[in-house]
Amino acid sequence: MTQPNRIGGGLIDRAKPLTFRFNNKEMAGFEGDTLASALLANGQRLVGRSFKYHRPRGVFTAGSEEPNALVHLRTGAHTEPNTRATMAELFDGLTATSQNHRGSLEHDMMAVTDFLSPFLSAGFYYKTFMWPKAFWEKVYEPAIRASAGLGRLSMQEDPDQYDKGFLHCDLLVIGSGPAGLSAALAAARAGARVILADEDFVAGGRLNSETLELGGMAGHDWAAQALAELASMGHVRIMTRTTVYGAYDHGIYGALERCTDHLADSAGKPRQILWRIYSKRAVLAAGSTERPIAFGNNDRPGVMLAGAVRTYVNRFGVAPGKEVAVFTNNDDGWRTAADLTAKGVHIRAVIDSRDRAAPITLPDVRHIRGASVVNTVGRKGLKSITLTDGQVLPVDCLAVSGGWNPNVHLTCHQRGKPEWRDDIKAFVPGGTMPAGMVVAGAANGAMTLAAALAEGRAQAEAQISDLGFTPAKADPVEAEDEPQDTAAFWYVPESRHRAWLDQQNDVTVKDVKLSHQEGFRAVEHLKRYTTLGMATDQGKTANIPALAIMSEITGRTIPETGTTIFRPPFTPVPMGALAGRARGKDFRPYRLTPSHKWAEEHGASFVTVGNWLRAEWYVQGDEKGWRDSVDREAKTAREKVGICDVTTLGKIDIKGKDAGAFLDKVYANTFSTLKIGKVRYGLMLREDGICYDDGTTARLSENHYVMTTTTANAVLVFRRMEFARQCLWPNMDVHLISTTDGWAQFAVAGPKSRDLLRKVVDKDVDLSNEAFPFMSCAEITVCGGTPARLFRISFSGELAYEIAVPARYGNSMMAVLNEAGAEFGAVPYGTEALSVMRIEKGHAVGNELNGQTTAHNIGLGKMVSQKKECIGNVLSQRPEMIRDDAIRMMGFRPVDRSQKLITGSHFINKGEEAVMENDQGWMTSVAYSPNLGHSIGLGFIKSGHERKGEIVRAVSPVHGTEMEVEIVSAHFIDPEGERLRG
Amino acid sequence: MIIPHPLLGPRDAAEFVYLGDASLIDRPDWQAEGAMEQFHDYGYLRDNPAGQHQELWYHEQGDRSWLVVTRDTLTHEITQVELARDVARARGRDK
Repeated sequence: MTQPNRIGGGLIDRAKPLTFRFNNKEMAGFEGDTLASALLANGQRLVGRSFKYHRPRGVFTAGSEEPNALVHLRTGAHTEPNTRATMAELFDGLTATSQNHRGSLEHDMMAVTDFLSPFLSAGFYYKTFMWPKAFWEKVYEPAIRASAGLGRLSMQEDPDQYDKGFLHCDLLVIGSGPAGLSAALAAARAGARVILADEDFVAGGRLNSETLELGGMAGHDWAAQALAELASMGHVRIMTRTTVYGAYDHGIYGALERCTDHLADSAGKPRQILWRIYSKRAVLAAGSTERPIAFGNNDRPGVMLAGAVRTYVNRFGVAPGKEVAVFTNNDDGWRTAADLTAKGVHIRAVIDSRDRAAPITLPDVRHIRGASVVNTVGRKGLKSITLTDGQVLPVDCLAVSGGWNPNVHLTCHQRGKPEWRDDIKAFVPGGTMPAGMVVAGAANGAMTLAAALAEGRAQAEAQISDLGFTPAKADPVEAEDEPQDTAAFWYVPESRHRAWLDQQNDVTVKDVKLSHQEGFRAVEHLKRYTTLGMATDQGKTANIPALAIMSEITGRTIPETGTTIFRPPFTPVPMGALAGRARGKDFRPYRLTPSHKWAEEHGASFVTVGNWLRAEWYVQGDEKGWRDSVDREAKTAREKVGICDVTTLGKIDIKGKDAGAFLDKVYANTFSTLKIGKVRYGLMLREDGICYDDGTTARLSENHYVMTTTTANAVLVFRRMEFARQCLWPNMDVHLISTTDGWAQFAVAGPKSRDLLRKVVDKDVDLSNEAFPFMSCAEITVCGGTPARLFRISFSGELAYEIAVPARYGNSMMAVLNEAGAEFGAVPYGTEALSVMRIEKGHAVGNELNGQTTAHNIGLGKMVSQKKECIGNVLSQRPEMIRDDAIRMMGFRPVDRSQKLITGSHFINKGEEAVMENDQGWMTSVAYSPNLGHSIGLGFIKSGHERKGEIVRAVSPVHGTEMEVEIVSAHFIDPEGERLRG
Repeated sequence: MIIPHPLLGPRDAAEFVYLGDASLIDRPDWQAEGAMEQFHDYGYLRDNPAGQHQELWYHEQGDRSWLVVTRDTLTHEITQVELARDVARARGRDK
């Protein structure tokens, strides 16, 4: 395994050779390599196919801006598509495959699209797939989807773990190049808590890629020394492999740390951590990104950015070619020629678009002044370039430099608007920075080494001084201001072949001209029309040349043309990292009822109700399906006695001398008149007069009430009551506390419930109907001194009680109640039987209190008091809401009792067509009543209270069903309520 | 966002629940002439300023205080945070 392009030097560890596979071919590299540098070392120039035309592409950059070298990394469920080879750290055993081709990478059958390109220009989809209309869903879209996209998902569950974390600091330094290191040192030496984050796995930024000296030593040595000093200080956290991807409000930053991506195996550790960093101040030292020049066939493998070529030579000890030409419009491109020459890589020529003397003297290098590259040859790898004067130079690598763009992205995440600086031909940060952020170094347009070092330090010192730290005294680091002149030269007009701007989306100079011709001239329109600047790289190398070309066509200046808005994230953030641990069972927190353990031991099946897991039924004996269990439970509760955990209902303790008056405000009916030891049903409205919630409230003493709410609204009702207490009636003497989790509460329902409870309550408690009639409440003791609250209320419609004990006794209480009930044939029942019984009794729940219905609709209009101030009573009287012919809640039963009612069916009068104009209402809840032996339902129907006995049709176009139903009272069982008072 | 709670200091916005315009404190008198129109406006009409906005936040994962936060809707800069109860009292809701 030779590495034909490996040369000497670099920051790789040659003592640690690694092997890896690319497209099943074994290759070799060293620790410190990226996948891209290792591929280049092995002479693998062709690494992928382009998005639209399936053009052969190679490594174009050496950083996170890479548009071309996207691969599938790893295998099986661990496969990660669209991984930038320039960011993937090499490890032993790494497996990568190229993507977006049918057949082999070398012989992609989809490459035919390249020859069809005259028909596939920008806007092609919009123009071509217009008709026939029916073809879109059946033909066009499936075909486009099959050929679209780059990488492919494994379609297996992600086996890796992800985590989230929070960090705090005085100063966050984003980027660890010369400006970032200088800023971090200045702040850390003054004692400020510093976080230094860099997306690379080695800190130092361009210092690791350049041959510039500072402080009398090599740049990377100075960086290593600075990092060692920072690492020795306890108040500094150096985070490599960490991309700060977003600037949010008030100094909060989002960062993605790739913890184990560089290892063969995560070994149980989180693969990536999504950090939320709270900073008092931040220095953005994100450096700059080189941009290309557009010319004919400038996308061939072997055409690379000049700074990247330098990186591969200096940092990785890899020569991307044996015969290299440099094409530049600026002084910096010359550094590539200089560095490569120094390493013995042959420079065929430097082609400078400017007609001027060389900024760096290179005696052995041919300088072609005022010339350009117009075309290249070599389908799967560069073979030669053609210049404007027609001469052909045989080269296998072309280093292109069109100047450098400051990485202003994070400055735009709030309201920043980059400003054009003509001296460096680039946009620099402008407008309003995110609160607490300053910018230093190349990101701020300070393009030389000496300037970056000085600005990093100055910016950091200003920020920490503001925070009360005193900057430490230190001599400035010696460094040079290297030449930086850049010309405004974006594309080669003499080129007749396609000149690529956005290589990831296959957008050419011609597409930009077409976009202009068709009227999409604003940069945001240009982006959407051509897809320029979209996808994983977000046009980091493409945007500026494209908008410069657009400005040239429109005759506007570049600042007039402006940039598209940069939004988070700076580079892609995996969904797995955003999800963190919130996956599967842990997607959200879940709550267990106090009797959960007992229920598990007794055959319960559980259902999610909000965050709660509630028993929905208990399987006994040889019961086959859920209906067997539910029918038995609902029947036994009506005939004997049943026990149900109702802890999940919201409970709010209300205390204070104005407690009663306060309840009068929040409930539609009156509670201040409720006698001590009594319970009352209460209805809450929203301020707009719509029903909000219901429940019972008990008065335990003069100034102490206990409210229950529905399970779903427990949190919302409490929040709203705090709003009423603090914001609407701030001087009332009333205090609230949620006790939902404090008390375990059980419904004991059925004719034998009194007999059962007599065995549980302590001797002094008199449960006779005279002493403790319907709607009574008391604080009692059970089981020999355990405190309890007893309510004689009934959701089932039977003689029933609810008994509450401190939550820690909940599981025992469930056991005690069931043991005590055994002699009476007691059964535990779940939410399904609870629901069957409530439908049998015509109680409204969420299906009926759906946020659209009024008290008038559910037949409780008279409960809404107009004699007192309360939330919702004024607007509840709007004429439209109290119409006589409004929908009313009623019961329904099938005329043919063997038929099964369907929720959501709409009511249509007999003889009328089943269309919306004839709609009479709809079915909200249905159940099979084991006590009546047929299906029953609740629903809303116009003027229902006057239509008892009428037959209407229940139509469900969704199910394709229709049946005749009779309108009846919603109280199917014991309409007079004799049982619950017995 | 970070909300400087008047009692608890700077707290992450994730601890809070947002309600809306602090004009919700100014609930009309139910017995006033034209109460229904006033309640309609109270319930349905809001200003939507680009700039300074007084709004109600509830510290649900904290001390359950309702706060009136003065926030610039363009920059998210928070310039004042008061206990809603104090604001309500100052606005005359002292019955």
